[in-house]
Amino acid sequence: MTIQFNKETFRDDYSFKNSDWAIQRFPFPFHEDSYMYSVNMEQHRGGPAGSVYEKRFDVDEHYISEMEDRAMVLADDPLRCQSLPHMTLAGWDLLELIMVSKSEDYPDLFELHREGDIWRWINKPMGIDDTFTFLDETTLPYGPMEYITRQTQGDFCVLDQRDDNLWMDAGMVTTQADWSLDFDIGMNFFEWHAPVPLAHEKGIFKRALKFLLNIQQGAPARRLNWTMTVNPLLDTSPENYHKWGIQKTTLTPENIGAKQHLRVELQSFFRLPRSNALVFPIRCYLIAFQDIVKSPKWGRRLHRVIRDLPEELATYKGFIDNRPMMLDFLSKYDDGLPTSPGVFPDNETEPALQK
Amino acid sequence: MSAAPQRAKAGAEKIEVIVSAVLPLNDLVTRFEFKRKDGNRFPTFSAGAHTVVHMRDGDRQRLNPYSLMSDPADTETYAISVRRDDEGRGGSLFMHNNVKVGDAMEITYPVNLFSLDLRAKKHVFLAGGIGITPFMAMIAQLERSSDPWELHYSVRTEALGTYVDQLVSKYPNKVRIYYDDQSQSINLENLLDGQPLGTNVYVCGPKGMIDWVHKTAAAAGWPDANVHSEEFTAPQPGKEFQVRLCRSEKTITVGENESLLEAMEREGVDAPFLCRGGACGQCETNVVSSDGEFIHRDHWLEPDEHGNKIMPCVSRFIGKSLEIDR
Repeated sequence: MTIQFNKETFRDDYSFKNSDWAIQRFPFPFHEDSYMYSVNMEQHRGGPAGSVYEKRFDVDEHYISEMEDRAMVLADDPLRCQSLPHMTLAGWDLLELIMVSKSEDYPDLFELHREGDIWRWINKPMGIDDTFTFLDETTLPYGPMEYITRQTQGDFCVLDQRDDNLWMDAGMVTTQADWSLDFDIGMNFFEWHAPVPLAHEKGIFKRALKFLLNIQQGAPARRLNWTMTVNPLLDTSPENYHKWGIQKTTLTPENIGAKQHLRVELQSFFRLPRSNALVFPIRCYLIAFQDIVKSPKWGRRLHRVIRDLPEELATYKGFIDNRPMMLDFLSKYDDGLPTSPGVFPDNETEPALQK
Repeated sequence: MSAAPQRAKAGAEKIEVIVSAVLPLNDLVTRFEFKRKDGNRFPTFSAGAHTVVHMRDGDRQRLNPYSLMSDPADTETYAISVRRDDEGRGGSLFMHNNVKVGDAMEITYPVNLFSLDLRAKKHVFLAGGIGITPFMAMIAQLERSSDPWELHYSVRTEALGTYVDQLVSKYPNKVRIYYDDQSQSINLENLLDGQPLGTNVYVCGPKGMIDWVHKTAAAAGWPDANVHSEEFTAPQPGKEFQVRLCRSEKTITVGENESLLEAMEREGVDAPFLCRGGACGQCETNVVSSDGEFIHRDHWLEPDEHGNKIMPCVSRFIGKSLEIDR
């Protein structure tokens, strides 16, 4: 299908919105009426047609606007993109992975022509047509990782693998849920996850690391994570907390349906062939509460999940103060009926709201 | 989440290949080259990676890991070099005696458990015998990126010096060969002394050589993280034993010449694995109960795990009864 790209903003006047198509395919993260951490990994080998799981790197109606927002963040703060010297090869690996995937998965939008090491890359939505020499940085306007991630939705962590651990040694991070690449650069897996509550005690990270160290070429994996964001902000970084943190106090019972967004990360994991590094794309999807509750099943379930979430998690995810107001809103969409298993909205089979 | 649930398959993804060349290099070592059956290109790999070759030996399936030793940038052809082991369980003999040009085989995607540390200021390679294979790929990769390296390669005799001529003629100032039968040996203390800060050492060869390098480097004050080794433990033959697989509700017998992992596969139990050499940890299995003695041959389990875990790819058991969670 041809995607109609939105003209929208993720700051100032917040003109971001989801079309009905985007709402239908939103990656709702709760497969049951409660939530707790788990190593919820599965293979990243496609998914239902049209879903965000179908392609290796999902492109949607927010593509152009997200890339414009990224360019603005980088102009203000170049340290959002960093690559330690030994990670350049991994950057080329990532460039190749994305160019090959996108040109195969979206041939009407992206083209890659390769004659030996001379590559021509055409990105039609962004109006880019560049010819360069693979593995020769002097032929690109940026380093290879920065070049391709300025054209790809989602944050990217490129993790070096050594000493039975993963190291945050490169990344492009402009749409993050309150963590900082500049702070985490060079840290290992346990160090950068240190602030997460409850999961260490449950041994989650040890098991997750073991799984990630064993991710193989040709066998990528994925999982979902989520949090809450007031206003459709992509850049909820610690660096800019003084700008967005205060916006959490602007919620009212009248505006919460439009302002409060569920923020879902589709995280995937690919082994990179030349460097043996691991790339960890973190793709952010935003949806307003008023759009979630258009699906009766999602409305019922979100209410139950938020209501029953342990206090530590609501605090860590930054919405403990707003939880009562969220529940006042969401309870109107929960009639107590049971919900079908799985993440999909099942709008054809689930009963309409009974109140 | 369960967006599109798929059950993970055991082992890495497989590639169907055709044997494109069989080149005996000396009395013991033969080089095998593969092309893809579908005519596509192979995935690029990182130097140090291995592939697991699936051999169909009658009604028996043999799976042996071999280092990829071709140039990682060459995606037309993959190459391995196989040393014939007359005392082993038969995989290398099968390769030498039965595999011909034109044969169809299956190999896995590359898996790397012995990668270069790309932060290194210099890479020093120490090879013993057939342990040369991963370094052939590493040298090709580092030549391409113009990173400094040197190789010290110990072989039994001139006649058994696999790839010696090629290495010496191509890189005369970076390669030094040591012949056992001429009583030449690597002077490791001397070699380690005075390397530039940030040098990484890699060793691949017999177990004794690997232990010696780790010990000598540690004694010279080298950090562990700068000393890398790869030792493929081929599963060793052993006495037949019985094992109860409680999840599959089966009791199976592991024969003398097969591993516990192979026995489970023969019985249709889909057990996880990757390296099949006791190194990757993928096949780690909990022991439910046991009365007897474990023969742990892996490089994965910690000593305090030896009573309650087993790596079925290389380890065995002698005793009255064994029940595992598989």
